[in-house]
Amino acid sequence: MTATLLRRPGLARLRTSRAPLHRICLGFVALVVLAALLAPWLAPHDPNAVDLGNALAGPSGDHPLGVDASGRDTLARLVAGARTSLLGPLGVVAFSTLAGIAVGVTAAWRGGWLDSVLSRGTELVFAFPGLLLAILIVSVYGEGLIAPVVALAIAYLPYVSRLTRSLVLAERSRPYVEAYQVQGHSGLQICLRHVIPGIAPVVLAQATVNFGYALIDLAGLSFLGLGVPALTPDWGRMVFDGQSAIQHGYPLSAILPCLAIVLTVVAFNVVGERWADQVARRDR
Amino acid sequence: MPDLNQEDAVDPKGAPAVRRTVLEVVGLHRAFGGVRAVDDVSFTLAEGGSLGIVGESGSGKTTTARIVVGLERADAGQVLVHRRDRTEHRRGRAHRLARAREVQLVFQDPYLSLDPRTTVGAALRETLRLHFPDADHPRRIAELLDQVGLGEREADALPRQLSGGQRQRVAIARALAVEPAVLVLDEAVAALDVSVQAQILNLLADIRARTGIGYLFITHDLGVVRCVTDDVVVMRHGRIVESGPTTEVLAHPQHDYTRLLLDSVPRPGWDPRSIAAARRAL
Repeated sequence: MTATLLRRPGLARLRTSRAPLHRICLGFVALVVLAALLAPWLAPHDPNAVDLGNALAGPSGDHPLGVDASGRDTLARLVAGARTSLLGPLGVVAFSTLAGIAVGVTAAWRGGWLDSVLSRGTELVFAFPGLLLAILIVSVYGEGLIAPVVALAIAYLPYVSRLTRSLVLAERSRPYVEAYQVQGHSGLQICLRHVIPGIAPVVLAQATVNFGYALIDLAGLSFLGLGVPALTPDWGRMVFDGQSAIQHGYPLSAILPCLAIVLTVVAFNVVGERWADQVARRDR
Repeated sequence: MPDLNQEDAVDPKGAPAVRRTVLEVVGLHRAFGGVRAVDDVSFTLAEGGSLGIVGESGSGKTTTARIVVGLERADAGQVLVHRRDRTEHRRGRAHRLARAREVQLVFQDPYLSLDPRTTVGAALRETLRLHFPDADHPRRIAELLDQVGLGEREADALPRQLSGGQRQRVAIARALAVEPAVLVLDEAVAALDVSVQAQILNLLADIRARTGIGYLFITHDLGVVRCVTDDVVVMRHGRIVESGPTTEVLAHPQHDYTRLLLDSVPRPGWDPRSIAAARRAL
């Protein structure tokens, strides 16, 4: 083993340099999720405690990542913000995945005019930018987390329903499905017990990738001031609040949430794609 | 009637004429575009009997089987099991289950007809739960596995852990779990190697002797037909060209096509070129 590695250092380095990426990303995802779950206990300060006398202070012993323009502790807001920033995408992904599977399975299983209606319908949603839809809904229903989450969930539904439809079409043509039909099982039973569990790993991998996209979209909405209410700690909101700090030459309170968003999105993408890869390899 | 039943029990391979028919197919038609896949096909299967449908690829035998099972729709004609028409598709759970108990199917390829993620025991349990919710499932599963020559050990196995022959045994057990009146075997041994084929055919003969289930064998293999069928129907281009008791048809074929099929079986002194010429002439 060692001998092979010594003889071909290039290949060995390629292999080892790929494996840690996935592991690091998985670790980062776990870290962010833990931070979100344990936010109230982890945050060193009250994320909303304003200390104007100490505004825009750099990192110190008391505030390891500095404070923002209102004197709020950046680390505390990052940790507390993880909760809002992950809860939103979670809602988007949960709703869009469940509804997408329902739409995709129905379209593929029933076929015919129902398939046409559902497929064209979801394509219509595809044509409409999700962010615009979200802005529209927020402007009608006002600020809050529910409205943009529902809007983005609808916008993300086609990603899942299209994938599900193509997977179910492939699964449906396998003879074991006909075998179950001959046995007298209903279509619904076959779908729930055999087809959906069969395609679930790939759909969940897609959902993981979607999670990253939804996070960046929701952060964008928050940055525009359309997502979460003003005082709730949220990464997108923090970037928005940090604009003035950048103008004053203290970029830390804006750059850190940016970094958190980008790293989380990348991590979810890598984990999701790796998962899909593994499923594909196992099925082959 | 009691007399007839007694005769069945004593002599399952006896004269089919005196036995009641379980499956009756009348004037079946099915066209795909301009191709008449099944053209006026009629036959009957006696209770506990075994009927072979032979023909080469594209002769319409598989389409016929799929119509009998209910996976394909007929353009015209009837499929009667115990005089009840199967072709009119009534919706609802009770009808679905009743249809399943009339006819079951064993597929050609046991590698594809089992869900790769479901263990053997779970697949059987699922079927038993659907058709016999009150039965003692573990006992029945053991019974079914024993009937097809598998042990308790195989109950926990996934299909990919089993050999082709074992998988086909599982498929047969699953079909038998429904306790159907007719079992359709669509090239059920074609994907298995010869020694395993013989085992499965013996197993099927045993099961028929014990349970009195009717077999509809779809095959291109005349050796299989000779082994396990009482009667045979020869199909070509969707039509029946010859039918009758298997021994008679194979010993004294009346139709040129049947003769051609018999000559096509490889054996010493076999001349594929003359067969190809005969096929063109037909």
